[in-house]
Amino acid sequence: MADLPRSFQEIILRLQSYWASKGCAILQPYDMEVGAGTFHPATTLRALGTKSWAAAYVQPSRRPTDGRYGENPNRLQHYYQYQVLIKPSPPDLQDLYLGSLDAIGIDTRMHDIRFVEDDWESPTLGAWGLGWEVWCDGMEVSQFTYFQQVGGHDCRPVSGELTYGLERLAMYVLGLAHVMEMPFNDPQTPIPLTYGDIFRQTEEEYSRHNFDAADTERLLRHFEDAETECRKLLAVEDVDPKTGKRIILAHPAYDQCIKASHLFNLLDARGVISVTERQAYIGRVRALAKLCADAFVRTEAGGHVEGAAA
Amino acid sequence: MMPDLLIELFSEEIPARMQAKAAEDLRTLMTDGLVEAGLTYSGAAAFSTPRRLVLAVEGLSDQSRAVREERKGPRTDAPEAAVQGFLRSTGLALEQLERRAEKKGEVFFAVIEKPGRAAAEIVAEVLGRVIREFPWPKSMRWGSGSLRWVRPLHSILCLLVREDGAEVVPFEIEGITAGNTTRGHRFHAPEAFSVVSFEDYEAKLKRAHVVLRAEERRERIRHDAATLAFARGLEIVEDEGLLAEVAGLVEWPVTLMGAIEEQFLELPAEVLQTSMKEHQKFFSVRNPGTGRIEGFVTVANIETPDDGATILAGNAKVLRARLSDARFFWENDLRVATSGMEEWKEGLRHVTFHNKLGSQWERVERIRALSQEIAPFVGADPELAAQAAEVAKLDLRSSMVGEFPELQGLMGRYYAGAAGLPPEVAVAAEEHYSPLGPNDEVPNAPVSVAVALADKIDTLTGFWAIDEKPTGSKDPFALRRAALGVIRLLLTGEHRLRIVDAYMSSVGEFSERYAARFRADARTEIMQAYEHYRTLKGTLAHLAQSSSIYSFLLQDYSSLVEEDVREENEQISKLIESAVKFAVGRYHSSLSKKFPDLLSFLHDRLKVHLRDQGIRHDVIDACLAMPGNDDLVLLVRRAEALAAFLKTEDGENLLQGFKRAANLLAQAEAKDGVEYSFGADPKWAEYDEERAIFAALDAAEARIRPAMEREDFGEAMSALAALRAPLDAFLTAAQVNTPNQVVRRNRLNLLSRIRRLCLEVADLTKIEG
Repeated sequence: MADLPRSFQEIILRLQSYWASKGCAILQPYDMEVGAGTFHPATTLRALGTKSWAAAYVQPSRRPTDGRYGENPNRLQHYYQYQVLIKPSPPDLQDLYLGSLDAIGIDTRMHDIRFVEDDWESPTLGAWGLGWEVWCDGMEVSQFTYFQQVGGHDCRPVSGELTYGLERLAMYVLGLAHVMEMPFNDPQTPIPLTYGDIFRQTEEEYSRHNFDAADTERLLRHFEDAETECRKLLAVEDVDPKTGKRIILAHPAYDQCIKASHLFNLLDARGVISVTERQAYIGRVRALAKLCADAFVRTEAGGHVEGAAA
Repeated sequence: MMPDLLIELFSEEIPARMQAKAAEDLRTLMTDGLVEAGLTYSGAAAFSTPRRLVLAVEGLSDQSRAVREERKGPRTDAPEAAVQGFLRSTGLALEQLERRAEKKGEVFFAVIEKPGRAAAEIVAEVLGRVIREFPWPKSMRWGSGSLRWVRPLHSILCLLVREDGAEVVPFEIEGITAGNTTRGHRFHAPEAFSVVSFEDYEAKLKRAHVVLRAEERRERIRHDAATLAFARGLEIVEDEGLLAEVAGLVEWPVTLMGAIEEQFLELPAEVLQTSMKEHQKFFSVRNPGTGRIEGFVTVANIETPDDGATILAGNAKVLRARLSDARFFWENDLRVATSGMEEWKEGLRHVTFHNKLGSQWERVERIRALSQEIAPFVGADPELAAQAAEVAKLDLRSSMVGEFPELQGLMGRYYAGAAGLPPEVAVAAEEHYSPLGPNDEVPNAPVSVAVALADKIDTLTGFWAIDEKPTGSKDPFALRRAALGVIRLLLTGEHRLRIVDAYMSSVGEFSERYAARFRADARTEIMQAYEHYRTLKGTLAHLAQSSSIYSFLLQDYSSLVEEDVREENEQISKLIESAVKFAVGRYHSSLSKKFPDLLSFLHDRLKVHLRDQGIRHDVIDACLAMPGNDDLVLLVRRAEALAAFLKTEDGENLLQGFKRAANLLAQAEAKDGVEYSFGADPKWAEYDEERAIFAALDAAEARIRPAMEREDFGEAMSALAALRAPLDAFLTAAQVNTPNQVVRRNRLNLLSRIRRLCLEVADLTKIEG
């Protein structure tokens, strides 16, 4: 039986070294506010095009509507996802995944691991895939998806994506009932810190901010700005007059798309978006994501070969 | 000796809901393909587990039948192009063709011999096609391949089994080569093993912790769960859908039972059941004595050294978190329910029903007023109906329904009960959504019926008002369902409600809200204009201090503004009210004009509904053309009577007689350019048969008119039937188009009288045949 980790960070470290040992590039979180690890360009954009890819990373994720002032045992407006993306999806991806559970102390001979149908769809990214949610003893511990489409483009080859909700998974492994009680570093250490020591106050602050304080007019304005900027960046000509090189602004434009998406989430949390408007906003973000995807596949990382027919 | 065929398609986890159909599809597609290719078989069965689709065919023929086909071609002296074409189509060379002498000359014949093909070859061919064209509801690609399957396909086992051993069918698809091996349970027996026959396969799978047959897994779960529950004096709440799903989630079912903690036992049974089923696919375990849900059963896919203790503890923990949420919702909701539900009402004010149709609360207000109007027609107390309508939608704001939308209505019933509202009101909170489909039960409690009708009519009126009608397969607001709901509610309860009345009441409600919105908007705008006025005045006052010119101006403006201030309310209100009156008048009339279209939509749904009950569409059309067609009960009674009438010999013959009479009349009217509707006079009758029909018509009229007033359609139609013999006799004896113009006119007027009388009962011109 695998020895049990003792802290939140040990689980993260074990996942990092496990996936590193399986050949993934261990990336760092993207430096922007995102709703899920999928938004990291290492997933969204790299799932596009023909080039092979293998990356794993922790991504802090924000869901403003999930804020509970740090009181709910497992709901947070800021939490961590662990994300793995491998393209093309290897034939033994399920086994690789089960190996990662073993690495963090979930003995698959003692637990009931199940792959339960759950088709993934991100209306804001114009993306969908088929896969499962993975259950461990009745609890969802991961999302397992074979990407079929991103930004309106068919994925060829197909990427396999794994997403672990780190807090929930860790609470389960460590046997804890409240996220704030979870040891973040080793409890035997001279200065032991719990998840609550680090995040209780910020959960309070951001809950208040997201629900009541964020200036909705500013958010709306920024949303419009991001949208305009994204389109503008994609409209520049391919060849940079200064360097004479073909430099398409796919990533800077995608940053604006991420921004728009997060601003929409904040507006949603502030309760100023009606049910009908909601769809319209999602459609606007999706349109940006699609434009960014269109641009990315025209770049080298997106599989574009200089001189080849478009 | 006839071989057996065994195929296993081994993949990653197939969604439970798709497995049974996929197995069935595999069986029919494969066997159809084999038969089409000339093989026969004696039996076939298909199986599924989460990771495999399996087909076992017994007694397959070893070879397909040899086929000899002869095809006649062009004459031997035909142009070269024709001969070449024939060669291409047969795939033969010129020297392979036979020449045969026929009457018209020598003709080419192609004799194509197709030898029998080996079963293995055919199996491989058909299997390849079936895999590529498999009808999964959703399929996917994986890796770098282009093959589509429900989830990545890993291996294929394909054997032809003979007495002397098993032969692997040579087959390959996208890099997967068929073999004679498979794997067992993902955790218990992951190693590959080979098999030699279906019996061997099934037995080895079982040793490898895989129960092949879904039926067997289901029965094992059913039996084990019942045994576990029984041992503690409890029983399982049956749920076949859940059972089938769970049996599709495991290859090796291990049933475990746990108890629901004391602190959750007070939750309503439906809440416990829904939460456990939706979130965790647990079965509920009931105490037969109290009816309470006291335990749960979960089905694991593995046997563990600790007999499932860890698994059960984990599941119990997840359940505790879920039920804590549910209890929090329940307690919070009860607090709101017992303190007047104001919070929810307030909430509905802020939820948009549709951006062109106002808030949910406005909708509630409309439905409340309409329920009150409809109540007397369905035998309900208007006050109770209004009260029920007011609370019926409030549970939409409850936390519980927020979490479990499928509990809407039911929670409303609990909360209305907890608030001490009358039982009819509580029941209506649940029942007013019904019926939801064509086979759903229709409520019969009068208050429920009143609210259910009002709810649906309000929806129809609203979406008709904003031109959001269903088109083709698109019906995002479920208006067809609402229409069918209205139909079934009225027909089931035989409620005599003129739809035009209900619709106009509903239009009144919409108009009232329209007026309120219009008034508020107008006031805001006018007040803004007035604010500008005051600002201007302030500026002038300021400037007046520095210059006398401005002080003159100020005087002028002041007098103007002061006058307005004095008369502000009265003037502005008058202005606004006249604008409101005009706008609402226009709105009201535009909505009123939409009634015929809405009614014809209802009629279309009614036709579908009645067709399902065996009433022909032309019979319905004949009745739709009659007055009072917005009273659906009346309409259906007429249609039923007419359908029954047309099934009798008299009915059928009268119809023919009527058509003949109507045709004769129509031709004459077209030719003469007049309408014959002047009363016929018996004094111009020439034959006995002609005089007889006058008498028969008098007699029939005397029966039909009062019968129609009583809405006794059976009686009216049997009176019509009495016309059949005299009409036949008349038409046989008398020539309508005689040279004597007076007699001819009289006969035409007589036909007109017959036509009119028949049309009073139903529009027989619409009947086909």
